[in-house]
Amino acid sequence: MIQTRIVMSSDEIRSALSRLAHEVVEGNQGEGSSLLLLGIRTRGLPLAERIAANILKFEGLATPVGALDIALYRDDVLSRGPTLPHVTNVPTSVDNRTIVLVDDVIFTGRSIRAAMDAVMDLGRPRRVQLAVLVDRGHRELPIRADYVGKNLPSALSEKIIVHLTEVDGADEVLLSEIPSSVHSGNGIEGVSDRAK
Amino acid sequence: MLNDMDQHDSSTVIETKRMNPTCPDNQRSHVLDLDDFRTEEINALFDSARAMLEVLERGVKKVPTLRGKTVFTLFYEPSTRTRISFETAGKLLSADVINISESTSSVGKGESFLDTVLTLQATQADVLVVRHPHSGAPYFASRNLNRTSVINAGDGTHAHPTQALLDLFTIEQRLGSIQGKRVVIVGDIAHSRVARSNLWGLVHLGAHVVLSGPSTLMPWDLLEGREKRPGHPFADVEVEMNLDKAISEADVVMALRLQRERQDFGLLPSLREYARLWQVDASRLSRAKNSALLMHPGPMNEGIEVSPEAAHGAQSKIEEQVTNGVAIRMALLLAITPRLEG
Amino acid sequence: MSGRLLVRGGRIVDPSQGIDTVGDVLIRDGRVASVSLEGQEEIALQGITILEASGLVVSPGFIDLHCHLREPGSEEKETIATGSLAAVNGGFTTLCVMPNTDPPLDTAPLIQFLRQRAKEVGLARLLPIACITRGRAGQRLVEMGELVEAGAVGFSDDGDPVEDPFLMRMALMYSAPLGVPIIDHCQDPSLTQGGQIHEGWVASRLGLKGMPSAGEEVMAARDIELAALTGGHIHLAHISTSGTLDLVRNARSRGVVVTAEVTPQHLFLSEEAVLGQVLEVGEADPYAPLTPFAYDTRAKVNPPLRPRQDVQALIHGLQAGAIDAIATDHAPHNLVDKACPFDEAAFGISILETGVGMLLSLVARGALDLSTVVRHLTIGPARVMGPRWSQFGTLKPGAVGDVTIFDPDEKWIVNTDDFASRGKNSPLEGQTLQGRVVATVVGGRIVHDRSGIARGPR
Repeated sequence: MIQTRIVMSSDEIRSALSRLAHEVVEGNQGEGSSLLLLGIRTRGLPLAERIAANILKFEGLATPVGALDIALYRDDVLSRGPTLPHVTNVPTSVDNRTIVLVDDVIFTGRSIRAAMDAVMDLGRPRRVQLAVLVDRGHRELPIRADYVGKNLPSALSEKIIVHLTEVDGADEVLLSEIPSSVHSGNGIEGVSDRAK
Repeated sequence: MLNDMDQHDSSTVIETKRMNPTCPDNQRSHVLDLDDFRTEEINALFDSARAMLEVLERGVKKVPTLRGKTVFTLFYEPSTRTRISFETAGKLLSADVINISESTSSVGKGESFLDTVLTLQATQADVLVVRHPHSGAPYFASRNLNRTSVINAGDGTHAHPTQALLDLFTIEQRLGSIQGKRVVIVGDIAHSRVARSNLWGLVHLGAHVVLSGPSTLMPWDLLEGREKRPGHPFADVEVEMNLDKAISEADVVMALRLQRERQDFGLLPSLREYARLWQVDASRLSRAKNSALLMHPGPMNEGIEVSPEAAHGAQSKIEEQVTNGVAIRMALLLAITPRLEG
Repeated sequence: MSGRLLVRGGRIVDPSQGIDTVGDVLIRDGRVASVSLEGQEEIALQGITILEASGLVVSPGFIDLHCHLREPGSEEKETIATGSLAAVNGGFTTLCVMPNTDPPLDTAPLIQFLRQRAKEVGLARLLPIACITRGRAGQRLVEMGELVEAGAVGFSDDGDPVEDPFLMRMALMYSAPLGVPIIDHCQDPSLTQGGQIHEGWVASRLGLKGMPSAGEEVMAARDIELAALTGGHIHLAHISTSGTLDLVRNARSRGVVVTAEVTPQHLFLSEEAVLGQVLEVGEADPYAPLTPFAYDTRAKVNPPLRPRQDVQALIHGLQAGAIDAIATDHAPHNLVDKACPFDEAAFGISILETGVGMLLSLVARGALDLSTVVRHLTIGPARVMGPRWSQFGTLKPGAVGDVTIFDPDEKWIVNTDDFASRGKNSPLEGQTLQGRVVATVVGGRIVHDRSGIARGPR
């Protein structure tokens, strides 16, 4: 009933992350030493780590990586059910740094909005940029990604699912078609409807 | 149905599922005692509290999570540290915190407890933190409220769940898991709401609990039948009057505050005798493990239940308990603040 | 109103005469004229009021040895009028009213006031109990002789014990020739000070101060010894522990003049009721997590509800004849007095309208015989009051024309909104009971007829 297909293979992911690393460095010419990658939990973090590893490999530049938990900043925090925040772990101060937020998917833009608020509470960065593996469109806020791994225009009835080896055991991006007869929701079997 | 924020952010959807493996509908309304907390829930609270500890370390110690929510603290017993802890917890989460104490006019004028809590609910209070000298008062409040959540900040001699949670959190932060640890609780256990709530929590998390103190202050009825009744929750709780024996190889020593009134009411011959037999001092503490923690719910009677050297010694984690207290209370406020409709 | 009333075709249960068969009861001019079994006698039926009682049980009118009607002084909780109506609805034709009113009933005019009010209300008979001490202050004896003349049927400082043993000794000695009992509320103040419920695992679980069984037993033992010493008649109010029961048995075997009463709640409920989990003596999980319904103040009563073992012992003792009477200790309160944290709540259960239902439920469950229940509500209490009251609690010819008619099988749900009593404080709210009063007759007048079984002129 639910049709799922792979829209990014592990090779495509690898080459996208490679390209992202180059673009991040190019986009910050001369300021490599003030870069700080902040992965938005959960899957933004391994992506940030991989990008940092790529930057090290290509440029010999060691870039600090931190984990940003946005649970406490979401605009839907009290309607989506129990919120369990994880620790935000940033190895250095954000003051005067160029922050590159890293996330797996940008969709409505609300997660990024929350991430920006979280970053501002940590200090005063000089600049904040955004790198995402997948941009699937349908923005609800005026937010754009600076660096995009792949543009995947999608219908609202579709689901984009990112798997990463560090978290899910495999690298792939899946697109799920939800038949219109199924209640429009998360579309992932087994996760209960919750927002009420 | 998940909100559009993560409806299509697939990663966070799966993350949510993994974060709540056994509690799909765990919307807790009230925190009255630890007897109804499952292990998973306690561990989830600890995770949340760790995130809150990080917030407490920041320069800007504030997150917008509970913005627009109102927390009332309604204290019918004087308390500095607990109230401040709740107030800080609420404010760091951007909630509005309003403190009401006995000296505040309407309560002092003899307005009934019921009228007070109903009035507060009518002002759209989201959370009511209640401390009351009579056991069961928060239960009474919670059954008469249908929109406001109640957190028990200490009711009579019955329960003090937030204190117990922060005690458990402190132990876990320091010693890893609580499972199998030897935890000695010394003092007036029969009248200690902290001890009682801790008993539930420690037993849920698999600690080996040893109670020590004068027999006139031991909660015998709570332990009654534990040899005979299968499945008694306190079946493995040990009672050892001799503190030197009890404290041997302890991982944690919790000293309880001894109120002077106990001597006045004839439950103890004298405080001097109590201190001789049950004071946690450096020499007794040396019988515990080197890594042992000394904890106390505060405020301390130095020289009675705890010697000054022990109280300020390296094993004392009393100040850490205070910091952890704010983090735990932040986690609890987040967990129970009522959900928006729709 | 016709001068004659026939209660027709019911199962007559009169333990005072050892009767338990179907028959008719004829009441004339306020007195029992005859009881005909199996319709042996022919009765001219013109102009006679008939209560059709076939399928129902007919017994002498129930006597409540112990109830609180709050008037004068606390009329917001109950009045003589509302209490009397509650009584007859609950099957009680005679109430012995406790004197802990405001002012307390310690002088003749106040006793007369109570009797006068009862006559005006015209429902149940009210027999006043006077205080033992002036003002219920526990210091000086009241003028017992004058009070008995004014109509007092016994003396009690109920609500409180008589703390001073010497005073109790004097009370027993002085009252002995008057032929009325001294009724003591057995509670040692220092052992039970601050106590809210029974001292046991429930109290410990809830962090409430408890009243140990010994708190009742030491006082009961003292009273029994003083009765032995003086030859006076001590009546132990609302006994609640197996220990007290043993003391009573032992005392009786020594020839001490001691009688005892037990309440329906102490036979029907145990200490777990406070947990809000169970409403009757049953299997509560002692260590299940407390719900917001714990600390149920409606189950707060003095003496407190006791453990199951005590309840079972009292039931067996009742069945074996070791207890003399069942008395309700009806204690109505306003909701305000119960809608508060447990320590602040008043003690007491409003029970006139559920007491008989609770007892009949025990009969339905096989815990008690029907004749035992009837005995302890009729001839039992009458004997406690003394030979002056030999016309009460019986259907022998010449006895007072008081009859209680009930259906032992009818199931009903307790709804305090329907209580005639101003006291809605009952832990049985919403509970199903089996057994219900159908009609009540006082002095040949029908004062309660719930389903309309009366026929003919009224």
